[in-house]
Amino acid sequence: MVNFKPTVFAEGELVYTDGGILAEYAWLLVVLPFVAALVITFTGKYLPLKGAEVALTTIGIIFLYSAALMYLHITSGVVNEFFINVGSIGVFDIEFGWVVDGLSIMMYFVVGTVALLVFIYATNYMEGEIRYTFFFTSLTLFAGSMLVLVSSPTLIQILIGWELVGVCSYLLIGHYWEKKDNSSAAMKAFITNKIADVGLMIGIIILALNTGTLRISKILYQSTHDYEKLSTVAFVAAILLFVGAMGKSAQFPLHVWLPDAMAGPTPVSALMHAATMVTAGVYLLARMFPFYKAMAPDALDVVMLFGVITLLAAGLIAVVQDDLKKVLAYSTVSQLGYMVAAIGSGAYTAALFHLWTHAFFKALLFLGAGSVIHSVHSNSMLEMGGLRKVMPKTFATFIIGTIALAGLPPFAGFFSKDEILASFNHEGETTFFFIAVLGAFITAFYMTRAVSLTFLGEYRGHGHPHESHNLMTTPLLTLSVFAIASGWVNIPGVYTGFTDWVTTRKNKIVEYHPESFDLFALSSGLLAGLLGIALGYYLYQLQGSAETGDNKIKIQPIWSVLENKYYLDHFYFKFVIDPVKINISKAVDKFNTNVIDRFVNGFGQVASLMGSVVYNNFDQNGIDKLLNMSSTGTDNFGGKVKLLQTGKTQQYLMLFLGGVVTISLLILFIT
Amino acid sequence: MIVQPVLVVAAALFSLGIYGILVRRNAVMVLLSIELILNSVNINFILFDTMLADTLMQGQIFTIFIITIAAAEVGIGLAIVLMLFRNRQTANINEFDLMKW
Repeated sequence: MVNFKPTVFAEGELVYTDGGILAEYAWLLVVLPFVAALVITFTGKYLPLKGAEVALTTIGIIFLYSAALMYLHITSGVVNEFFINVGSIGVFDIEFGWVVDGLSIMMYFVVGTVALLVFIYATNYMEGEIRYTFFFTSLTLFAGSMLVLVSSPTLIQILIGWELVGVCSYLLIGHYWEKKDNSSAAMKAFITNKIADVGLMIGIIILALNTGTLRISKILYQSTHDYEKLSTVAFVAAILLFVGAMGKSAQFPLHVWLPDAMAGPTPVSALMHAATMVTAGVYLLARMFPFYKAMAPDALDVVMLFGVITLLAAGLIAVVQDDLKKVLAYSTVSQLGYMVAAIGSGAYTAALFHLWTHAFFKALLFLGAGSVIHSVHSNSMLEMGGLRKVMPKTFATFIIGTIALAGLPPFAGFFSKDEILASFNHEGETTFFFIAVLGAFITAFYMTRAVSLTFLGEYRGHGHPHESHNLMTTPLLTLSVFAIASGWVNIPGVYTGFTDWVTTRKNKIVEYHPESFDLFALSSGLLAGLLGIALGYYLYQLQGSAETGDNKIKIQPIWSVLENKYYLDHFYFKFVIDPVKINISKAVDKFNTNVIDRFVNGFGQVASLMGSVVYNNFDQNGIDKLLNMSSTGTDNFGGKVKLLQTGKTQQYLMLFLGGVVTISLLILFIT
Repeated sequence: MIVQPVLVVAAALFSLGIYGILVRRNAVMVLLSIELILNSVNINFILFDTMLADTLMQGQIFTIFIITIAAAEVGIGLAIVLMLFRNRQTANINEFDLMKW
């Protein structure tokens, strides 16, 4: 029994609308990708474009719908929640639904835009690759799962979306599973996420048990109005939710899966790193932000600490990577560190603003890298170089992405990074502020290194690189427009529309938001970016090739520590995987063979014995004998009786006459 | 009215027919014997029709029916015997025992 009851809320200073029919039908955003995935699965192979057209149409509709929602939201502000009750367990109503407010509309738009461009790009990038149709099924599912997650008004739906995203990422990272490395990478992503998911699951259970509801808006309301219920468990629950976010948003030390996830095709990396997967953790923290702010400020400090560690640690690893995609992957981890740290410092808008700009320029960078890789047939930057001449479009757009990431005005990254730095400065977190500035410097440096090695200098590879197809460069050009302009929606003192968008929620957001530029933060960030670019340009361009540039920064033992990624993988293998593999798995295996198998085998033998007893005695001697006897009896009787049938007409007539006479006599004597 | 002698004739005719059917080996003769039986029945019908002075003359009508059917029967029977003879070069009824077990 589906109970459909829309609820309308209005609270706060801004005037909200319920979104009307557009909000009421926003469930289409969630349902369409799943329908499309089914359609592609069953009909994809028979379609002229092998299923890509279905995926493109679907994602196109989603993009248009989210753009319409975005427009409505900008003009009048939409806050609404819809619930569909599917049953209850104990006192908990299990409800699915969709939430249409600033945060989710922003995410719809990001997912819709990036996914559309990535899909267009993928039609050409994946052309002729193995499992083309399946790839589009998974990609559509991936986008759909993310929409399930960001549209979720209840914690249970968040969990479902969370797991769906994990499964789809597993499918996509392991797309080329014939190679062991790739399937291992997929497994690594899945297991690392799964470990973090346990935190999320326990956190959700704790929250639900202490508030008596799974609705996020109710929990957030209680955390600001009903202090008693939650106060004892708030810190634990907040930390556990953050553990979940650490997995999806790749926070140190659970970030290890993300660089390995580069094993997937490049469009997957672009989608995963920009819009659909890694933003999930930041989204969760942002969604639960009022709870953190009101109930667990201590947990926010922990969040910030991990964010800052991540942004520095991952940024440093990115400097030593030779694989172009890995540089971008660690860059993503580092930028996620910024977002998480921003949330930790209480700067809700700044974190989401960085998520917003980062989605566009990181998708741009990944697609650009994909374009390069597609043309050079290698991931290693040591085999690239000088590509600016042969790939002018890719080069230009990549430069735009790089500047946006490095944070130079007026590109997108400048505004978002500046706002994070300003928030740190405002909160008085001096140490973290300078680490973040250092992070900005490192970001600019490694991106300049990547650009120099890839596009500048002379070509060091062996193939004949060429500019990519228009289907690949058009998304790049479109995204570069976003990479330039997406930061202009939140310029302090000029236009702060973005702040209004994402704070337009049912539960009031209390946060710091700068009214004007923080000149100290701005100049530090800008200086760091410029210095990073200058150093990178000096080392890798003026000094010549990759070798000499790298030699200058190969300072032992730091270099080898970074190259081995702080020995985290070694640590995990030694202290987590191997103990599990050697002790627990073996013990379980032994238990399995010696106890369970024996038990099962015993059962089997007993059953087989009983069967043979029944067969020999009851079946063979009882039922079969009875049946055989009846058939032989019939056979014997028939053998005797058939002798009457002589075929001689006159004998029959004789018998017939005898019968007539007998009957006549009988009648005569009886009557 | 003379009833008994006529009945005796009919009975004699009937018995002759039965004898012919059971004893004769020639299929044509068997058919002829069947005709005898039918005719003995006809005699009985006529006899009782006359004796009872039936106004509807059902006995005589039945007789006509029987004669008609007898003619048809002889036609089919002789045709069968003819075919059998052609296939087997004999009309001996004892050799037509294909229908035995």
